[in-house]
Amino acid sequence: MKPPRFDYLVPTSLDEALALLGQHGEEAKALAGGQSLVPLLNFRLVRPAHLVDLNEIRGLDQIRADDGHLVIGAMARQRAVETSTLIRERCPLLAEAMPQIGHVQIRNRGTFGGSLAHADPAAELPAVVAALGGEIVLQSARGRRRLTAEQFFVGYLTTAAEPTELLVEVKLPATPRRTGSAFLEVSRRHGDFALVGVATTLTLDDRGVCTACSVALTGVGPTPVLARDAARALVGGPPSPQAIEEVGRRVSQGLRPDSDLHASSEYRKDVAGVLTRRALARAAERARGESR
Amino acid sequence: MIERAIRVTVNGRVYERTVEARKTLADFLRDDLELTGTHLGCEHGVCGACTIIVDGAAVRSCLLFAAQAHGRDVQTVEGLADGETLNPLQEAFREHHGLQCGFCTPGFLMTLTCFLRECPDPSEAQIREAISGNLCRCTGYQNIVAAAAAAARSMSATPRSSR
Repeated sequence: MKPPRFDYLVPTSLDEALALLGQHGEEAKALAGGQSLVPLLNFRLVRPAHLVDLNEIRGLDQIRADDGHLVIGAMARQRAVETSTLIRERCPLLAEAMPQIGHVQIRNRGTFGGSLAHADPAAELPAVVAALGGEIVLQSARGRRRLTAEQFFVGYLTTAAEPTELLVEVKLPATPRRTGSAFLEVSRRHGDFALVGVATTLTLDDRGVCTACSVALTGVGPTPVLARDAARALVGGPPSPQAIEEVGRRVSQGLRPDSDLHASSEYRKDVAGVLTRRALARAAERARGESR
Repeated sequence: MIERAIRVTVNGRVYERTVEARKTLADFLRDDLELTGTHLGCEHGVCGACTIIVDGAAVRSCLLFAAQAHGRDVQTVEGLADGETLNPLQEAFREHHGLQCGFCTPGFLMTLTCFLRECPDPSEAQIREAISGNLCRCTGYQNIVAAAAAAARSMSATPRSSR
């Protein structure tokens, strides 16, 4: 038997799940889609005394529009997010990033919230939520709190969630008019984690002047990197090729990625700049309505 | 609980068993039900050999626990053929030499079974993307892609109910 022995708990309501997490604290681990946790169990790198399976709780997997926001339940399968008409219409950046996560067999089971809670430094969704300015909603038996991506992701595979808290949903703000976005990544093979990935959004006014821009990167640090200062350089003027080039240069300069056996730090810095430039050019075209 | 009593439908047959909670669905199928067509390669979700269909979706059976299959409908490679008669996808694999050692084949068949239901007239690029989560160390994939394309053609010529 590959995984270590654990006490298997199957709550059927969120309250019951939160009570179990409250009771067992660090001794317990929540099981969502299991596409990251079960490999860790199979390798016996994680040995929780209690495994709290969230898969039999109803209602945690909803994808809905709420007062202009999009709300994605933590247990929404990645494949459901990928194929959602609502997501495609309201949040094209997310729709573009989804197919890059693993493979279809992974996305059929893997969840939106699970990927965020696992906080792999090369995962796609943390960067997308950061670029969109999404709110990550945590709940415990004592109540709810909402964190930005910058507050939530604190380090390598580490988030601000307490052991007694569960990531229950993510709230994404409405996309303003004349907004374009793009997600690009470079990986060794299709479906691999990104060596570098970039999520961008760009909003224009009716004269074609950029009023807002965000750039978030994955694979270049222990957490997703929101390149605020570099993105700000685009605001206040038209997104010309020169202006976009400058953002790419600043993004690249601001990064200190680690080297590993997949890619050197220098390579990652360079690719981050190039991908930022390409993604912003595409986002600008889309904001102008020149392409989809 | 350390053990869970489950009721699961596999290839149309209902099984009731008590399983240790940490037993993967793949091990349950192979060891408890003796359905050894589902193969185990990496046992951490990378190779795709253990792909099965749960409630209509292709998933890795090494990353699910048998306890989680309670109340679910499971299809494995044993459910594809009708007795000695191969189904069109299996037949296409045979015709096009889509396997050599055969270790990865059950996973490919189950992945493609799901894929061809959702995408009955795929392009070569779509087929390649669909099988990107399954590893084969023998064929170089060319013949698997050819088999999938041929299966799509022969299945579109056959009524749905006979698949």
